[in-house]
Amino acid sequence: MERDDIHELTAPYALDALDEHEVRAFEEHLRGCERCRDEVAMLRATAASLAHDAPAVAPPPELRSRILVTARAERGNVVPLRPRWAVPAAAAAAVAACAALGFGLWAATLDHTLGNREAALRSQARALAVAASPDARRIALTGGHGALVVTHDGRAALLLADLPEPGAGKVFEAWVVSGGSAAPAGVFSAKDRAAAVALERDVPAGAKVAVTIERAGGAQQPTSAPILSSGSAA
Amino acid sequence: MSAGNVFAHLSDEALVALVARSDDDAFAELYDRYDRLAYGLARRILRDGALAEDAVQDAFLTIWRTAAKFNVERAPARVWILTLVHRRAVDLVRHHERRRTEQLPQREEKGDDGADETVWLRLQRDRVRDALRQLPDQQREAIELAYFGGFTQSELAERLGQPLGTIKSRMFSGLARLRELLDDATPEGDPWSGTTFTS
Repeated sequence: MERDDIHELTAPYALDALDEHEVRAFEEHLRGCERCRDEVAMLRATAASLAHDAPAVAPPPELRSRILVTARAERGNVVPLRPRWAVPAAAAAAVAACAALGFGLWAATLDHTLGNREAALRSQARALAVAASPDARRIALTGGHGALVVTHDGRAALLLADLPEPGAGKVFEAWVVSGGSAAPAGVFSAKDRAAAVALERDVPAGAKVAVTIERAGGAQQPTSAPILSSGSAA
Repeated sequence: MSAGNVFAHLSDEALVALVARSDDDAFAELYDRYDRLAYGLARRILRDGALAEDAVQDAFLTIWRTAAKFNVERAPARVWILTLVHRRAVDLVRHHERRRTEQLPQREEKGDDGADETVWLRLQRDRVRDALRQLPDQQREAIELAYFGGFTQSELAERLGQPLGTIKSRMFSGLARLRELLDDATPEGDPWSGTTFTS
């Protein structure tokens, strides 16, 4: 792109009608050219109005759930609980098992439903890091196969196998149950009836974890009886 | 849905500020204000429901992740949001090369036209449509092929058999004229501020 021409790219830029190389060159130019920045701001505002020429269409409701659940799962200011790992009768000392079995299953948790591989991979990495935590304790489940794993500072994960089919448009939701109230701790789905889920909420001593089946997107309070629950965290 | 009552009085910009602090209820409200417009735009460009969902999802997750960097001095939140949706839809249409196998974008005046529109959205659409109609044909063509067709300026130059400079100037003159026409047709200041789109 010649120097003289670059100022003329404001309109194609505002319409997203530049190719990648042109965009890069022009954005470089924009940093130092106030006149072009002003012009782009004005043209962009007009270009955005063009969106109204397309007939408005309500997207499928699942899209809303998917976006909101993904956003919540990514939220930086909530310290998520990290998973460890288990398959049905697997030994408790899970780090090696985690490395060996982990990836297929990790991708099956929470984020898989969202069609968001990036988030799933991030979650896996976090999960593996916590799985290496030497202080994680296993707590048995009632009503399901697997375990709740809790570290000394309360981070927790559910490792589940032989889960039931939740039904169309339904998901699993984890709850931290303490003092007679249940707080939502993450929505997830299963792959091959198994799931490994980093809880989005700490599990304090004395609290239990339960799982219910809820509508896609999850609920703020459980709307059905738990399909499984854990013993109390130490 | 109940979030709508809590946030109804807030501007889009205020919602974005809350989203920057990871307020997911504010994020849901922002989504509810723009979902129809965003999805309608993405469908028009991509002509595929599943791809349009991808575009809207990517754009909204970008909003969630980068709201802290949003600069209201530079653009209203509405423009920022629609720009993100548009850019992502255009990326996808180019990636999937859908344009090359399909017809030029055309006015669809079909039966499903605007079935999900609120009165407000319908008024906005009429206004933009009227303004577009008043543009000289060549300017309208360049703008529509770029914005809804996802063509780059170079592709358009080739397709229309015109020098690149001509295409650029049609885009610029067209947008500038469109701005005047839209300004004339807007009685109020910021038509979106504080508006809630209920279903």
